[in-house]
Amino acid sequence: MKLLEISQLKKNYHSLEVLHDISISVNEGEVVAIIGPSGSGKSTLLRCATMLEKVSAGEISYMGKQAVSTDEAGKAVYAENLQLKEIQNYFGLVFQNFNLFPHYSVLKNIVDAPISVQKRNKKEAMQQAKQLLEKMGLEDKGNAYPSQLSGGQQQRVAIARALALNPQILFFDEPTSALDPELTGEILKVIRQLAKERMTMVIVTHEMAFAKEVADRVIFMDGGYIVEQGTPQEVFENPKMDRTKQFLARFSS
Amino acid sequence: MSLVNMIQQLLAGMGASLAIFVLTLLFSLPLGLIIAFGRMSKSKPIVFVSNIYISIMRGTPLMLQLLVVYFGPYYLFGMRLSSEYRFYATIIGFSINYAAYFAEIYRSGIQSIPIGQYEAAKVLGYTKPQTFWRIIFPQMAKRVLPPVTNEVITLVKDTSLAFVLAYAEMFTIAKQIAAAQTTIVPLFVAGIFYYLFNLVVAVLMEQLEKRLNYYQ
Repeated sequence: MKLLEISQLKKNYHSLEVLHDISISVNEGEVVAIIGPSGSGKSTLLRCATMLEKVSAGEISYMGKQAVSTDEAGKAVYAENLQLKEIQNYFGLVFQNFNLFPHYSVLKNIVDAPISVQKRNKKEAMQQAKQLLEKMGLEDKGNAYPSQLSGGQQQRVAIARALALNPQILFFDEPTSALDPELTGEILKVIRQLAKERMTMVIVTHEMAFAKEVADRVIFMDGGYIVEQGTPQEVFENPKMDRTKQFLARFSS
Repeated sequence: MSLVNMIQQLLAGMGASLAIFVLTLLFSLPLGLIIAFGRMSKSKPIVFVSNIYISIMRGTPLMLQLLVVYFGPYYLFGMRLSSEYRFYATIIGFSINYAAYFAEIYRSGIQSIPIGQYEAAKVLGYTKPQTFWRIIFPQMAKRVLPPVTNEVITLVKDTSLAFVLAYAEMFTIAKQIAAAQTTIVPLFVAGIFYYLFNLVVAVLMEQLEKRLNYYQ
């Protein structure tokens, strides 16, 4: 089943088009890695898919429910609020800079949205949060505040916070870019574990070796276009396009 | 007049000053938030009105504003107001003036919260009111506490301006005694009382700041 379907998505900033006719679909249980140079539009694509940015044209649907469609004039039309709220539940996003709530303890960061947004039972939400913390190897950090944690620990809390809402699909926007190489490993380990559990994920990353290892499909973007996509073997070992070869040449050594 | 008698009278005036102080904070702190919202509104007319309001409140003397609030209803509309209006006018004048200053402090606090906090809240499904009250407001309150403390301390001393409406707060009484007895002692004693009042305010605000220091 297709969890996410994006077709012919366009994004303009004033007269500048930064995403051109992007079409992507993501199947249940699939791990998609998006790679490409800075400014290629990969983060913008993620921000459009998670509705942090408005698209200019195109279609986005989650689980067959349309979030964005295009009218006859070619302009993007967003679904009504009720539908968007429901769709919002289908995905989670992990940011580059974690964006934890500094005034909440680790545990509160994780349980607050399930309790106050999804109106779930407090006890059940707490229990789930504790399980998630255990999974992240942070069972003793529930009462700590984000500023008392390392970057890697903060990012793991952010992943737990996103998972607590039970999303169907989880987006990662360069989850290790704010971390030093030693801490990067902790995060990749967690994502690897999630991949093993068949969590559907879309990961924007600069970690080529990791993308190759964990992804079922790799998308290479440049200049707002999808230049090439395929299995990691296809993209990394036999790239068809010159631009892909040129980009990957820097990592092959 | 004995010193004890004078101090008794000044303390009674201090009660009136305290009433102005407490009521002004009670009204101006929330009113400031509403004006800050106006200042940051998406609607241009609301922003315009808020800007004019803040500009006038900050740009003219508080003493003049008190006089306008007190005499305005009579000169503009011919309204005859009871003598109790003296007290209401004092509270209204102080509240609308201080709200303008608080509005600007809140605005700076709200705008200093990183955009990532809003984005995280949006992706997690928080509604706009939830985002403001659960995520933004608590962080803003911590950040604005030092400048708010400044204003609160200024307010303690500004309550003495109520003398222009002949409202019997501490400074008005001190001046009356000083004039009747031809001595500056009551003014000096009043000064000590204002200082002690502010000492208490400063200590309380410091405690509050410490309490909010549970996170960085």
